[in-house]
Amino acid sequence: MPMQAHEIEELLRQSFPDAEIQVGGTDGVHMSAMVIDESFRGKNRVQQQRAVYAALKGKMDGPDGELHALALTTKAPE
Amino acid sequence: MIEELCSGAVAKAAEVATDFVSSLHDGPSKQKDSVMTDAKTRIDETVKANDVVLYMKGTKEMPQCGFSSRVAAVLNYIGVDYTDVNVLADEEIRSGIKEYSDWPTIPQLYVKGEFVGGCDIITEMALSSELDALFETNGIAFNKEAADKIREANA
Repeated sequence: MPMQAHEIEELLRQSFPDAEIQVGGTDGVHMSAMVIDESFRGKNRVQQQRAVYAALKGKMDGPDGELHALALTTKAPE
Repeated sequence: MIEELCSGAVAKAAEVATDFVSSLHDGPSKQKDSVMTDAKTRIDETVKANDVVLYMKGTKEMPQCGFSSRVAAVLNYIGVDYTDVNVLADEEIRSGIKEYSDWPTIPQLYVKGEFVGGCDIITEMALSSELDALFETNGIAFNKEAADKIREANA
């Protein structure tokens, strides 16, 4: 089942309450997300993106995963 | 049930870019422990025996997913000698690779046994020259001029 942008944002918000979050895409299957959060400071991209995947709580895992593709951009605030 | 085909068009190296997309394809994750252990051992051996390994959908000559295609296109274009592993041809590896690096998506690039990243990260690194630095540090040959061309085309 596809995920709406606001559902993705809500999930991310639970893990990153103070982040700047922008979710794009309209088909619910191929979506994009940008997360800018202080907790990313000092982490490399792999660590940052793992944290985002973890926040999505398996929505993208397995054949039953709801999201097919998510474009990810992560960084710490400038 | 989400369709197995990937949507991305085959990326040309010169087009590497502006939108960072990572592929989230999947495989059954419920496997017996012994099978997973075996898959992890095989992955471990592969990434340590080969300097550069790309776990992808399809092959470097014929990628079967836009995201895998994008990373393969970058490596092909800059002339890196790498080993491609087609996860579609091996269900154990397909699920095992996600656990191996705690990374839920494919493609996955490994250099000298270390996980470097997926499609978004490799694309960003190619554009920022970090990928060049990684290969240089590890003594892996590649065509610097071609890498510069990718950056010029996406400047």
